[in-house]
Amino acid sequence: MAMSRKSKSRIEVAFIYLFFLIMFIIIGYPLFWALMMSLNPGSNMLVTDMFPSNPTLEHYKWLFTSPNSNYLTWYKNSLYVAVVNSLGSVVITSLIAYAFSRYKFVGRKYGLYMFLLLQMFPALMGMVALYILLNTIGLTDSLYGLMLIYLGGQIPFNAWLVKGYFDTIPKELDEAAKMDGAGHLKIFWTIMLPLAKPILAVVALFNFMAPFMDFLLPRIVLTSPDNFTLALGLYNFINDQFSTNFTRFAAGSILIAVPIALVFLLLQRYLISGLTAGATKG
Amino acid sequence: MSIDEKQHRKSGIGRPRNIATVLSLFIPGLGQLYNRRFLKGIILLIITFSFLVTTWNYIDIGIWGIVTLGTIPREHHSIQLLIQGLISLIVLAFGLAIYIFNINDARKDAIARENGLPKPTLLRGMTDFYDKGFPYFMILPGLLMLLFVVVLPLLFMLSLAFTDYNQYNAPPRNLLSWVGFDNFRALASVDMWKNTFLSVFTWTVVWTVVATSLQIGLGLFLALLVNDKRIKFKRTIRTVLILPWAVPAFVSILIFSALFNPTFGAINRDILSQFELMIPWLSDPFWAKVALIMIQTWLGFPFVFALFTGVLQSVPQDMYEAADVDGGSRFQKFRHITLPHLLFATAPLLIMQYAGNFNNFNIIYLFNEGNPAVRGQNAGGTDILISWVYKLTFETNNYNMAAAITIIMGLVISIFAFFQFRKTASFKEEGRY
Repeated sequence: MAMSRKSKSRIEVAFIYLFFLIMFIIIGYPLFWALMMSLNPGSNMLVTDMFPSNPTLEHYKWLFTSPNSNYLTWYKNSLYVAVVNSLGSVVITSLIAYAFSRYKFVGRKYGLYMFLLLQMFPALMGMVALYILLNTIGLTDSLYGLMLIYLGGQIPFNAWLVKGYFDTIPKELDEAAKMDGAGHLKIFWTIMLPLAKPILAVVALFNFMAPFMDFLLPRIVLTSPDNFTLALGLYNFINDQFSTNFTRFAAGSILIAVPIALVFLLLQRYLISGLTAGATKG
Repeated sequence: MSIDEKQHRKSGIGRPRNIATVLSLFIPGLGQLYNRRFLKGIILLIITFSFLVTTWNYIDIGIWGIVTLGTIPREHHSIQLLIQGLISLIVLAFGLAIYIFNINDARKDAIARENGLPKPTLLRGMTDFYDKGFPYFMILPGLLMLLFVVVLPLLFMLSLAFTDYNQYNAPPRNLLSWVGFDNFRALASVDMWKNTFLSVFTWTVVWTVVATSLQIGLGLFLALLVNDKRIKFKRTIRTVLILPWAVPAFVSILIFSALFNPTFGAINRDILSQFELMIPWLSDPFWAKVALIMIQTWLGFPFVFALFTGVLQSVPQDMYEAADVDGGSRFQKFRHITLPHLLFATAPLLIMQYAGNFNNFNIIYLFNEGNPAVRGQNAGGTDILISWVYKLTFETNNYNMAAAITIIMGLVISIFAFFQFRKTASFKEEGRY
């Protein structure tokens, strides 16, 4: 006897839920494990337990209270770089994107080609030269040097993204404003910027989070622990002696992963719509 | 002088447009003065003068430096000369742009005068300049940063590939010299380099294709499942599935690196030990590669999932209804409606996923620093091109070889960029959903 269509569909749905359950475990396990590690006492990984018999917050306490801990300094440094990077990138890229979206000028086409090509080249490729350049202008081991590289490096990708979004704003709007006697900057300020808020928020968010996530560039540019960003400082916890400081690393990581993940989950909808708008309508 | 000759003078070199052009060709600003555009002419003269005074010396040394790379060891620093040379070329390009603008401008004004158009007022001239120059003012700050932070370093890397700059031959003790394609030849003929390059390149390709395709496949599959009408709690499921994207990648990679650690990692100790299994995740190249691909799938599928979920909601429902009428199967509907729609809307972003993994330094380096070591080659068993370049640069100071490999990577990336551009351009013509 053939199975009725309804019960076949039920079994299918059950399998789908089962698959989601497996995915949840695969996603949750590493994160949960790291959380549990951060509650294990001591730093010997060989005696750690998934469910510690005497969970402790000593690692969290250490991060904030120990005189040997630079955690708060790192947090402050990262925040500083992140805020400047976020604001600066919005200003620079929206200006460029406006020019590329609304004006015809010599070099426009090749400029767009250049952005498209450059966004695929990781900054790492020019690292040696960047270091030497920063050295000649005296900005090694300085947060300003780091900001400079972030700000310059984000241009190709974000300019392309914002330009794509600007292109979707009807040209009739600025032509009407021009009739009313609005100048270039006034159109930019009163029409383009307000209408492009979603994509500008995406750019701001991207560039705010980048300094929290990147450890490589800071590692090459920054040398003294007072100047470290969070990612670099945390990396050094386990880079020095791997097995001895993982519990502390886990505690420090959770304190940055949680706020970032929350902001991210709240804003990811805009992120996706911004990305598809910019990439597909360019 | 005959009438013929006069006619000739009129249409030849003697016409005002040509006189203005030639004057500006010799001294920028002079043509403008000839056109009686005094303010513009004087400003151009001043710009020319100050440009020459401030940059002449720098460019002179820079050009000499980039050609010779210095002649006296210890006194001339080849690397600094090379950078000065590259900066000189950029400055020179800016100068050239102004110079060409000046010639065109002189010619245009002269033509306007020939045609008897009135000389514009000062105010008018300035608004014209503002209008025409506006886009340039907007891009200038960003362009300068881009040139010095992105383009200049890339040009520098490009140049290093044609020098003999390595650990044993480094300034200021030694002078560098241009060696043409020697480094590329070494890469193709010296056994050590050839073997390493081939194995690293092969693994990079396998890594890029397998890891990226897996993350796209899983993301697609999950997006289709969540989109199913019979599924409830969609919001919660989506939020959890996006979680790996929300956690900073360097944190998750380092967590995985500890999880896979053979002595204290939970994978061997808590899970596989139940089945009497011990897998050398970090010390065996094969298993390290398997682990890397699994981790990247974990890290990368949420982006694709979120992307596809967004696009799926825009597939026109009437197409499915039409397919139902025609008796199309579920697979046929997926194959002919859903998939083309998804790929059409997201192709550029998917291509960027491949390019991103091709350059995915973070995961390779943070997981195992490219290890384990492999006999007979100077890259680790899991090193991809970019992490190998990093090691050659910062660990063994083989700058010249690192740069040569970077150029090869650049060529591969350009292929990605080419396809992406074609995809993006096609959207422009075909419109959008």
